[in-house]
Amino acid sequence: MAQPKKKTTIILFSGDYDKAMAAYIIANGAAAYDHDVTIFHTFWGLNALRKEAPVPVQKGFLEKMFAKMMPRGADRMGLSRMNFAGIGPKLIKKVIKKHNAMPLPQLIEMAKEQGVKLVACQMTVDLLGLKPEELIDGIEFAGVAAYLADASEGNVNLFI
Amino acid sequence: MNVAKVLDAKGLACPMPVVRAKKAMDELESGQVLEVQTTDKGAKNDLPAWAKTSGHTVIEMKEENGVLTFWIQKG
Repeated sequence: MAQPKKKTTIILFSGDYDKAMAAYIIANGAAAYDHDVTIFHTFWGLNALRKEAPVPVQKGFLEKMFAKMMPRGADRMGLSRMNFAGIGPKLIKKVIKKHNAMPLPQLIEMAKEQGVKLVACQMTVDLLGLKPEELIDGIEFAGVAAYLADASEGNVNLFI
Repeated sequence: MNVAKVLDAKGLACPMPVVRAKKAMDELESGQVLEVQTTDKGAKNDLPAWAKTSGHTVIEMKEENGVLTFWIQKG
């Protein structure tokens, strides 16, 4: 097993609970396969990296609007289908518990534990008015070139 | 069979059995055998696929009362 490590790269564009869950399950599985794993969070996928508690930061009007309208953290994200104004996520969390599956916040924790590289797209961080201190610790900030560097050596590459 | 480590992954859903198996395997030496017990039916395909791709060998598998037991030798 001396060959170089394989790589999995995932672009998480979506901020839906179910889609982010799929991304993180695949990421954790790939890490168990001993791949180098990168999840590149862009646009609404950045919401998965937001801290739950508000962080006092200076923001302009539009930035404040975005901050208000976007879910603060993985646990508050809605479902892509059957969201029903927030009832859907409550139901899905019940079912997750019943089936002993891992809820999204724990999947993210485990991904970090397994050494999955979590990257926030710097450009969309700026667009949406997010400040680095509003995002969880231990993540990196990068752009398309860094992503492509990882992906071009990648064996599995997904856009979710 | 000489089992070096037993992993109880019963009741855990995807991706946990594979994640736990990987962690347990990291602690073993090449040639040692890991026993994995799981109730995840997906593991029937998941664990052999993972073992093969990671260079390990599934020596034996059995199913009893809904519990799947794998013996996997580290590559």
